[in-house]
Amino acid sequence: MTNDILTQLTQVLQTGDATAVSDLTKLAIDQSIGTKIILDDGLIAGMNIVGERFKKHEIFLPDLLFSAKAFYAGLEHLKPLLLKEKIASPGKVVIGTVQGDQHDIGKNLVGIMLEGAGFEVVDLGKDVSPEQFVDAAVETNADVIGMSALLTTTMPVMKKVIDLATERKIKDQFKYIVGGAPLSDKFAKEIGADAYCFDTVSAVECVKGFVKGK
Amino acid sequence: MRPKLKFLDDELIHKITNEAYELLENVGIEIHNKSVISLLTDHGAKLSSDGKRVFLSHDLIQKALDSTPSSFKLYDTNGNETADLGGYNVHYTPGSCAIYFLDSESDEPRHAKTSDYLRYAKLMRKMEYIATQSTAFITNDVAEQISDSYRLYLSLLHCEKPIVTGAFTDNGFEVMKNLQLAVRGSAEALASKPVSVFSACPTAPLKWSDISSQNVVDCANAGIPVEFVAMPLTGFVAPITLTGTLVQHTVETLSGLVISQLTKPGAPVLWGGSPAVFDIRYETTPMGDIGTMMIDCGYNEIGKHFKIPTQAYIGLSDAKHLDAQAGFETSMGATLAALAGINNISGAGMLDFENLFSLEKLVLDNQICGMTHRMLKGIEPKEDFPSKSLFEELISEGHLLIADHTRKHIHDEIHFPSAVIDRANRSRYREEGGVTLKQRARKEIEQHIAEEMDECLTPEIRKELENIMLTEAKKNGMDSLPKII
Repeated sequence: MTNDILTQLTQVLQTGDATAVSDLTKLAIDQSIGTKIILDDGLIAGMNIVGERFKKHEIFLPDLLFSAKAFYAGLEHLKPLLLKEKIASPGKVVIGTVQGDQHDIGKNLVGIMLEGAGFEVVDLGKDVSPEQFVDAAVETNADVIGMSALLTTTMPVMKKVIDLATERKIKDQFKYIVGGAPLSDKFAKEIGADAYCFDTVSAVECVKGFVKGK
Repeated sequence: MRPKLKFLDDELIHKITNEAYELLENVGIEIHNKSVISLLTDHGAKLSSDGKRVFLSHDLIQKALDSTPSSFKLYDTNGNETADLGGYNVHYTPGSCAIYFLDSESDEPRHAKTSDYLRYAKLMRKMEYIATQSTAFITNDVAEQISDSYRLYLSLLHCEKPIVTGAFTDNGFEVMKNLQLAVRGSAEALASKPVSVFSACPTAPLKWSDISSQNVVDCANAGIPVEFVAMPLTGFVAPITLTGTLVQHTVETLSGLVISQLTKPGAPVLWGGSPAVFDIRYETTPMGDIGTMMIDCGYNEIGKHFKIPTQAYIGLSDAKHLDAQAGFETSMGATLAALAGINNISGAGMLDFENLFSLEKLVLDNQICGMTHRMLKGIEPKEDFPSKSLFEELISEGHLLIADHTRKHIHDEIHFPSAVIDRANRSRYREEGGVTLKQRARKEIEQHIAEEMDECLTPEIRKELENIMLTEAKKNGMDSLPKII
């Protein structure tokens, strides 16, 4: 029975049916399936399949986002239980579009997908200064700082964030991921970031790798 | 609105067709087949004093034009409608017929084997934008005398799509007809649901050979559609001008049309061709030349003027490998042909002046065909007026990735090619192996061929086909047919 519900949950999540995901999550809670089991083996397992299918070109970005929206519909029911049972997320990520840059669609997509993978996301929005990034990471005890830029003129701000953390002698407390159309692996290495993520799925994979390695 | 392309205005079309009538009436056409000559003279055509040239009057030509169908349909081996050839409908088919096959490993041309043809036929089942198959190349592991019918045999056995083919041996047509009769069950069924189109080629200038003209007659009698493939070569065996070449093409094609329609009024035909600009520097006939493509589109307009469905060998390349030239010549031709509304566009998979067939190119060309099909759907409004609420949603959400409007229209509005076409950013491209077009095409070929597919045709029909082919093979010195694995 447990497996049936969880299998169904992963299946409806793949179709992006938010109502069905919500109903099945409630049913799973009513059936006293463990909160963490529902999250890991139902919702996150479903999102993992969706991510893989996206990577293989079997589904497209809107499909991915519909699944993420359905994921949230289920997560809403689990959130109070997660808090009550003190179940921690696998990791915390502070994200934002760097100072001087107003382009936040890519950053938002990464945020959605990170949450879909079970991570806690602190979204600082756009036009975020180096100080705001570093302060938020310290305050929330984040694992990863994720920075986004679309303009070549704002890319140097990413280096300033890492330099500021270095200056405050807290650089190694966090991992740094960067993303955005004009960026590259080379640029990420040059500024001392840990990874350049070329799309939402690669960002999730990077963060998973960092958290696993902790 | 369907986008359309035109090279000829009405006045020029009338000048070309009138000139063709004049030439057919006064210069005539050379025919190397006595029964065809008799057929024409029995219907009032005049014969030259040496008995070789036949002169066709405007009235006789008009009679043939009047009985020619403005469209016809092709059906797969299961009897399902596959292609409606008429109007501005566009269907693609692989080029034919190559003597060589591009080896995937060495990237060098070689003679093809039966195993290569089986891979081709299986792959063709998965080429979703290429409606019909063709007997695209010959294999050299059977007797030469059956190399035309053997291709058709393999195609019928291993791919359900209808077939563009042709006979080039003395007995070829009869065997090929019998193979199709075995598939359909009766002559009536074959005529009512054609499974093939036969090429019949006049010889430039203004000539029909014995076998070719006989094929036109035999096809008309059997109800098998014919594509006339006139091949005037500018400045060599045709005038140097594109207009003059179009006049010659019209003469040669009209003469075939008269043979066909006098044999059997209403016989289905395609106003086709494979003309080319002759490259006097290399003594070659470039199919990828812009002039060649313009002649193709031009004669298509003449075919449309006569309300006859059209065909052309266009959307292929003279490159020797799957390189940039192969891509640009093919996509330029396929795009022009689609815009011109050529009903049956033959070319996919073909390289090197129609001499070399490549499976990798076929896979790429399938994507080119897919893109042109999208282009032909044009730009149409789809819940775009009024747009206020959609833009309000865009402003409030910051994107429309999951808007209902997007979800509803994404797949009919936006064409997404397969992974053969590189759309990754550089990092993802690298992560996925940094593979070349050729490597991506090979991967897709192997994926398709590895798929489980139902067998085409019933075991009884398969057996009957095998019996017909084996009988012919034995007549031509073979003990058995090549083993099919």
